Amino acid sequence: MKLSHQQVEHIARLARLGLSAEERDKFSLQLSDILKNFEVLNELNTADVMPATHSIPLQNVFREDEEASSYSQDEVLANAPRKEENCFKVKAILE
Amino acid sequence: MTYETVIGLEVHAQLLTRSKMFCSCNADYASAPPNTHVCPVCLGMPGVLPVINKKAVEYTIMTALALNCTIPEYTKFDRKNYSYPDLVKGYQISQYDYPISEHGWLTIDSNGAKKKINITRVHLEEDVAKSQHREGYSLIDMNRSGVPLMETVSEPEMRSPEEARDYLVKLRSILRYLGVSNGNMEEGSFRCDANISLRPSGSTELGGKVELKNLNSFKAVYQALQYEVKRQTAVLEEGGTIAQETRGWADDKGITVTQRSKEYANDYRYFPEPDLPPLFLDRAWIKEIHDGLPELPEARKERFMTQYCLSLSDASILTSSRTMADYFEDSVRLMGPDRAKLISNWIQGDFSRLLNAVGIEIESAKISPEELVEMLTLVDKGTLNGPAAKVVFEEMFHTGKKASAIVEEKKLSQISDAAEIKKEVQQAMSGNPRAVSDYRSGKESALAFLTGQVMRATRGRANPSLVREILIEELRNSQE
Repeated sequence: MKLSHQQVEHIARLARLGLSAEERDKFSLQLSDILKNFEVLNELNTADVMPATHSIPLQNVFREDEEASSYSQDEVLANAPRKEENCFKVKAILE
Repeated sequence: MTYETVIGLEVHAQLLTRSKMFCSCNADYASAPPNTHVCPVCLGMPGVLPVINKKAVEYTIMTALALNCTIPEYTKFDRKNYSYPDLVKGYQISQYDYPISEHGWLTIDSNGAKKKINITRVHLEEDVAKSQHREGYSLIDMNRSGVPLMETVSEPEMRSPEEARDYLVKLRSILRYLGVSNGNMEEGSFRCDANISLRPSGSTELGGKVELKNLNSFKAVYQALQYEVKRQTAVLEEGGTIAQETRGWADDKGITVTQRSKEYANDYRYFPEPDLPPLFLDRAWIKEIHDGLPELPEARKERFMTQYCLSLSDASILTSSRTMADYFEDSVRLMGPDRAKLISNWIQGDFSRLLNAVGIEIESAKISPEELVEMLTLVDKGTLNGPAAKVVFEEMFHTGKKASAIVEEKKLSQISDAAEIKKEVQQAMSGNPRAVSDYRSGKESALAFLTGQVMRATRGRANPSLVREILIEELRNSQE
């Protein structure tokens, strides 16, 4: 399966990546190769196999509804590049 | 051409768990300073391991059962990917193709007729952080991030803004009966998005679907839908078409406006959450939850009608909240089922008026069922008459004092002493000779006037029927 330039641009947009024209061409080929490799799996007949969503046989892992102490406000904000009023400061969220 | 309105609702309710959905941070952030109920898990740090809060799953199953949903044996969580500043991980843990429940329904009373509204699914996810918008930037508080959020999706089966409001009121009432959510729309713990489209009457094809957001109260939901019906009708009548879009309700202007949609917002690329093993819901657990469900509003309403001979409207109002229904039943238990109508009248009348004026719910009132019944018993005994009872009740409401204490303090007890009333009657007659002669010349209304004078002179304390009786007697005697 060959990915179109449009599809690659769409994926880049979703990942918030800016691609140059050369990068777009390059990744378009590379991504197509990766997909081609995965297509090998389609050759297997899986009609009678339950789809697996997890690789380890675990189920029903719960925690009880008990609260424990959180991190301090200073610790929480320690890595914030920008902060104000004890909040993370980010670019304007456009509506 | 006439158009049919088609409405579907998506409701997000925060669950009343102690801790968050996937970590142990306190989920009650209402009065917490920003970023104080936060840990690496809800902060979305790399390498952390979320673990499912069992209570949140239980609350969702409770709700699903109350909404007559099917609970499959297998359910799992998925990642919903999108970029937004209030979603720090870049994905929200939600449920995609195997939700906790599907295919339910609830009933609404629309114009006196019952209508069944089907429910597509009830699933569990996590809330996102809270953002505040400033001039040129935004501030993010992570306290809300990871709070358990239960989403209930209805089928597009509501045919008017009224039905949508009824559905919302009913759903909230069920969640509050179950104790799984406080259902507060203004504070954002109960949020609603509405999908609305119009189609020519008789057609089965859905028109362009508009998603309404920013509906922060029941009134906003109702008004925004009413506005959309009008707007879409006008567009269609001019031969236009309705574009599928998201519109926000501008409460101050009373209109909906186009919202710049998040780019590629619908390309969520869901995939199974690898950090959370799937759930196999044990049937014995489901049965245990089912057996523990409280009596729900619909069943309680029916019971109130048969057990206490109340009208549909009385029963609906009394059972609209669990605490009001409990209050009513506690009072009836003390006074007897034959007084149910009297108690219902007081709760819906003076009591509700005072509660609304102060803006509190019945459970926060200073008057207990015992105290309400004590006051009503004073009326039964003749100590209090109707008007005085209203005065006493209002005083009880504001001060929390008992009725007997207020009667004592304000000397409000009813005068049923014939000699004392006779004295007042004679005074009223001598002070109003005109009314006396009017009565004698056949003007019946003069009697009401004179009764009023006596009531006024006794500050409403005289027993009104005794006043009337003595007055007639005195008028007759003095004539002879």
